[in-house]
Amino acid sequence: MDLLKVNWGRRKHSLFYYLFLASKQLFPLDLYLFSPNPFRFDQPSSSSRLFDFGRMSQAGVDVPAKGGFSFDLCKRNDMLIQKGLKAPSFLKTGTTIVGLIFKDGVILGADTRATEGPIVADKNCEKIHYMAPNIYCCGAGTAADTEAVTDMVSSQLRLHRYQTGRDSRVITALTLLKKHLFSYQGHVSAALVLGGVDITGPHLHTIYPHGSTDTLPFATMGSGSLAAMSVFEAKYKEGLTRDEGIKLVAEAICSGIFNDLGSGSNVDICVITKGHKEYLRNYMEPNPRTYVSSKGYSFTKKTEVLRTKITPLMERVEITEVGEAMEE
Amino acid sequence: MTFTIPIDNGDALKNAETDSQRTLYPYVTGTSIVAIKYKDGVLMASDMGGSYGSTLRYKNIERVKAIGKHSLLGASGEISDFQEILRYLDELVLNDNMWDDGNSLGPKEVHNYLTRVMYNRRNKFNPLWNTLVLGGVKNGQSYLGMVSMIGVSFEDNHVATGFGNHLARPILRDEWHADLSFEDGVKLLEKCMRVLLYRDRSAINKLQIAKITEEGVTVSQPYSLKTFWEFQAFHNPTAGAQGSW
Repeated sequence: MDLLKVNWGRRKHSLFYYLFLASKQLFPLDLYLFSPNPFRFDQPSSSSRLFDFGRMSQAGVDVPAKGGFSFDLCKRNDMLIQKGLKAPSFLKTGTTIVGLIFKDGVILGADTRATEGPIVADKNCEKIHYMAPNIYCCGAGTAADTEAVTDMVSSQLRLHRYQTGRDSRVITALTLLKKHLFSYQGHVSAALVLGGVDITGPHLHTIYPHGSTDTLPFATMGSGSLAAMSVFEAKYKEGLTRDEGIKLVAEAICSGIFNDLGSGSNVDICVITKGHKEYLRNYMEPNPRTYVSSKGYSFTKKTEVLRTKITPLMERVEITEVGEAMEE
Repeated sequence: MTFTIPIDNGDALKNAETDSQRTLYPYVTGTSIVAIKYKDGVLMASDMGGSYGSTLRYKNIERVKAIGKHSLLGASGEISDFQEILRYLDELVLNDNMWDDGNSLGPKEVHNYLTRVMYNRRNKFNPLWNTLVLGGVKNGQSYLGMVSMIGVSFEDNHVATGFGNHLARPILRDEWHADLSFEDGVKLLEKCMRVLLYRDRSAINKLQIAKITEEGVTVSQPYSLKTFWEFQAFHNPTAGAQGSW
C-alpha cells in the first residue's frame, strides 16, 4: 500500500505513464513515436503525428473515449493462446476467508497466505480490507483485483458519508461492489465476504466475481471454503457470544490452513460491533518457525579489510525548486 | 471429465469404434463414502443415492457390501463398474473358499487385489470409474484403505471419497482419535454426513452405516439425519435491504 502512495504522489509522472499505457492499447507499437519533450505545451512535436502530447497533457485526465474494460486485445490474446503461448499467471490469494454473525455483531476471519501458482508469494499478507469505520471486507481471488475494488469502494463510501452526513450502511457497500463486478462480467476476479454493523443491525454478505450476492448468517469463500464451511456447518449456532464466535472463526480458518494447500500461515480476525471494531491482526500463529539456529550466521574465513571509505549519499543530492510547489 | 486421448490419424469412424470399448465418462454415479477405524473395527457410512448426471435417479442403491468374512467394500463413482468389481471379488472369494484350507482372504489381500485391478485397467486407458474404500478386521488387526480409479492406493485411520475429501476429512483430522467407542464413531460419521448433506448437491438424506468387527459385518437399515433450517437470517434474509437477495 505504501508503495502505491509513493507512485501516485508524483502525479505528473503517473499521468504520462497512464497515457503511455493507454496508447499502447489503442495504437500499434511501430507507429508510436516518443516526443522528445512531452511537456512543452507551445510546440507540439512534428514527428508524432498521431499523438499530440502537448494537447493531451493540457486537457488534464483525458480518459479514452470508451469507458470500462477495453476488450480490443481479446481476439489477439486468443490467437496467441491457440498458437501455444502460456498466459502469465496472476498473484492469487488461494485463500480461506470466513464471516459469521454473532450476538452483538459480525466477526470476519482470513488466513494470510498469498500464492503465485505453486509458490507462496507473501507469507503474511492482509486479506481483511477496510471499507468504512463500521464495515470490513475480506477478499479472495486475484490480489490486485480485491485490493483495487475494495479501495475504490472504500473511497466512494467516504465521499458518500461526507455528502449524506451519516454512517455508511453495509448494503451501500454491497451495491457498489456488485455493480462494479457485474459490469466487468467476471473478469475482475474478486470473491468477497463483506461484513459490518450499521444502523439497521449486523449484516454479512458474500459477493462473487460475476456480481451475484448472498446474505447469510455464516459464509466462507476461497479455495479453503469447503474445509472452513464443514466446521461452520457442524458447529454454528445462533446467538454465539464474542469469545465463542472468535473461537469458531479461528477454528474454521485453521481448518482451511491445514487442509487446503492454497491457504496457510496465520489467522487474522476482525470483530465489528455497534460503534466499535477490533482488528486482531495475526490473532493466531499456528505455523511458527520451529527451527532457528541459535548460533546465528558466522563466516569461517575472515575477509581481510583493505580500505574503508564511507560516502554519505545525502550530501550529493541537490534539490532545486523548479516551477510551482507540487500539489498533493 | 473426459478421458480421451487425441488420436490424430484422421480416421474418425474407426476411432468411434475403439472409443466405445473404453470408459469415457461415468453415467450413474454414487457420491462420497466416509469411513473411520474405531475401537472394535471399522465404520463406514454412505448415502443411498445414484445420480444420473444432475438427476437423482436411484434412491435405493447399497454402495457398501461385505466381501468374504473379513472385509467391507464401499464405492463411489460409476455404479455399473462397482457391480463389475463385486463380480470379480465374488470369483476371488469363491476360488479362495474352494481351497477349503481354513484360511480366508483378509482386508489387506483384497485391497491389494483391487489396487492391481484398478491400476491395470488404468494402464489400458479403460478405467473402472470408482473410488473404493476397503475396511476390515482380521486377527484383531483393523485395516482401512482406499483405491482410486487411477490406482492410487493407501491406508489411513480415516478416509473419504469425492466431496468427502474436502468436507469430511477436515473434521476427521480434528476430531478422530484412536479407540473411539461405537457411539462416538457413529456420532462422528453422522456429523460428517450431515455436512455433506448440506453442501453436496448429489447427496440425499438416506444413509446406511456399516460396521465390521472381528465377529462380522452389520449393515444398518437406511435412516435419515435431522437437519436444521431455523436460522434467523434464513427467515428474512433481506430484512436490512429490501429488494436484494
